[in-house]
Amino acid sequence: MSDEAEVLFSRRNPWFIRSVGVTAGIFIIVALSGFVLLPYLQPDLKLAGLWDAICSAAGVIHKSSEQPVQPDFKVSTVALTSQTLKGATPESIGRGATLAHQCAICHGPAGVSRADSPNLAGEYPSVVYKELMDFKTGARVNAVMTPFALHLSDQDMIDLAAYYAYLPRLPAYHPSGATPPRIVISGAPMRGIAPCGSCHGALDNKLGSPWLDGQPEAYIKAQLQAFASGARRNDINEQMRNIARRMTPEEIDEAARYYAAQPAPRT
Amino acid sequence: MLTSKRLILAHFWLAFALFGLALLLGAWQMLIRSPLHAWISDPEWYYRSVTAHGTVMAYVFPTLVAMGFGYAISETTLEQPLIGRRWAWAGFALVLVGAVMAMIPVSLGLASVLYTFYPPLIGNPFYYIGVVLAVIGSWIWVALMSINLRAWKRANPGKPVPLPMFANVAGSYLWAWTAIGAALELLFQIIPVALGLKSTIDAGLARVLFSWTLHAIVYFWLFPTYIAYYTIVPRAIGGKIYSDAMARIAFVLFLVVAMPIGMHHTFADPQVGAGFKFIHSAFTALVALPTFLTVFTICASVEIAGRLRGGRGFFGWIAALPWRNPIMLAAAFSFVMLGFGGAGGLINMSYQLDTTIHNTQWITGHFHLIFGGAIVIMYFAIAYDLWPHLTGRPLASLGLMRAQLWLWFIGMMVTTFPWHWVGILGMPRRMAFFDYTSPALAPEAIYVTLSAAGGVILVLSGILFFAVLLRRQTAPRVEFEAYRFAVAVHPPAAVPAALNGYGLWLALMIGLTVSNYGFPIAQLALRADTSVPAVFVGGRE
Repeated sequence: MSDEAEVLFSRRNPWFIRSVGVTAGIFIIVALSGFVLLPYLQPDLKLAGLWDAICSAAGVIHKSSEQPVQPDFKVSTVALTSQTLKGATPESIGRGATLAHQCAICHGPAGVSRADSPNLAGEYPSVVYKELMDFKTGARVNAVMTPFALHLSDQDMIDLAAYYAYLPRLPAYHPSGATPPRIVISGAPMRGIAPCGSCHGALDNKLGSPWLDGQPEAYIKAQLQAFASGARRNDINEQMRNIARRMTPEEIDEAARYYAAQPAPRT
Repeated sequence: MLTSKRLILAHFWLAFALFGLALLLGAWQMLIRSPLHAWISDPEWYYRSVTAHGTVMAYVFPTLVAMGFGYAISETTLEQPLIGRRWAWAGFALVLVGAVMAMIPVSLGLASVLYTFYPPLIGNPFYYIGVVLAVIGSWIWVALMSINLRAWKRANPGKPVPLPMFANVAGSYLWAWTAIGAALELLFQIIPVALGLKSTIDAGLARVLFSWTLHAIVYFWLFPTYIAYYTIVPRAIGGKIYSDAMARIAFVLFLVVAMPIGMHHTFADPQVGAGFKFIHSAFTALVALPTFLTVFTICASVEIAGRLRGGRGFFGWIAALPWRNPIMLAAAFSFVMLGFGGAGGLINMSYQLDTTIHNTQWITGHFHLIFGGAIVIMYFAIAYDLWPHLTGRPLASLGLMRAQLWLWFIGMMVTTFPWHWVGILGMPRRMAFFDYTSPALAPEAIYVTLSAAGGVILVLSGILFFAVLLRRQTAPRVEFEAYRFAVAVHPPAAVPAALNGYGLWLALMIGLTVSNYGFPIAQLALRADTSVPAVFVGGRE
């Protein structure tokens, strides 16, 4: 093997010269085409010169001289990972319980609302934290919530999120035999609508998506309508606005009714 | 000289057993997604099944076939007992343990991420660790093939390496190098997140690393098939290899051009520069070279057999071929499917044409036609050809074999042609649910139904395949003459150093990997702002 290799990697070996030469030749021609010729053939690619053409073809990010377009509304500043708000301490939960006194009038003393406000008991901490933060920064606007959130510190929001996550949530109530509405379980692929259940529970949960089981029907409906009209836009990738815009009023009703379902009160 | 029969049989049996299970899952997936079945109302089951089907069919099944076939080639062509048989069993055990370890979380619904992983989706760590173990097991095979060849070369200085072994070791080197891309992705990106050590992942970099593996892995699957074309088919039909040198050139060309082309899988990805997409597209076109060399050489070799059997004239030799011979039949079917699949591949590798079918069912149709069709049908042929020598019992039911091969061919055509068609119509792949009551989808229902019927035919063929192998399990043993591969019309007395070793071609393979992947990988790896939060599946938050 070793003496073969010596003979092989030699300028006198035609196999070596030809194979390396042909390969290098093909590479050079292809690279010149891809990095010089093709960029220049694209009239909409405004190039400052040869080096700019090469950089653009290599995927090096351009520094644009123009200012990026700014949205005319506040966007959410919250970035969530699976580790955000993990491992709440008992102190944090306790402080959250004290702070939550001011929330109880709408969201209920144990996080279960009697006023068609969202039930916060057992809600994911990332959700409570993000919504509070969005109310504070103005990414989400609500006449009642905004003034409350303006006075909360970052730690206050973390504590509130920890407290509500700690409370037992309303159990889901979906009697067996009744199939969930199609919009919840299958979405509407032809309109680009993912199943509600793939993010909000029933099939799966995705980070940042609220748990919807047991939420008031009026609240779910109001939020879907707000997303559809563009009144609410703190979904950073516009995913809920795109979905809600394409949902029919009947589908909005079905989804809201499905998630809000609770056993009839005992008399 | 087959001395490690149990080892080789163990590889083939495990491969085919897992293949049988994954085949059932595939047919089930097609059925429940078609208009023949009411929607199961839970896409999770669908993706769980797709993950299991893909993981077994892409990683475990072909790897075990290549390993088992490789050991058989090493022993029969080098005429020396396998060096490192214990290590070979250890490699087998690693693949087995890895496959089981990966399949448990998949079955439990904890890793429904599909076999291509798709970060930022993250599943249970045992799934990924299982895949890594299986790959490590196969790397033991790579090392053993190299060691066995080296020992033979020492004992036979200057002699040409037998063609099947030359190709086999080339395939093992290709696998060793191409598996590194996915290994880097798993070890440095996915597994740390799956274990909870990190919570963000650079999905763009992961996709580029996976493309390093994703295309050349197809040529690794293809190697046993090509070895069978060149060195089993001519012998089985009473002919000879048209040219030994041409075969060697085709195999080493696969080493060189299989690697620097994977980014044609990322044409729609924003993180890769257009220049690199063009380079990869152009190099993909070069794959036609070893493919056409093979088509020419095999047709010429088969023509030799036809003429030896008395065929005359331009086409008379075709009629004179032994069409009742299962190996002949399998090779012909394989060529037809390779032809259609290859023609479709020309569309996939072209940036502009790809945009019309990117991520549609066309792609699913394409890789099933190439892998499930052209490649796997030759795996059946390899099994049929080797089995009597491994078990000592002849496979007597030629009619059953022919029926099996016909059904596989028909089933694969009926499955994949409608897939291509609905792909052109715009049907996306990786979708669990299609609402055929929608007026926009209703015209596609008939084609989806057809392809589901193809899936049923494939299951029938699978059942026949096991029937052929199992029927003779209790027959009395017979003494066979030694297993041998086809020889060339002019067997080489000596070959150039370049075609008797791999140094030059491995250098070109690594060089082109660096030139075509180096910058995009470095660019993404060095940027700090390219990671996104991981999305955990299977109920993990």
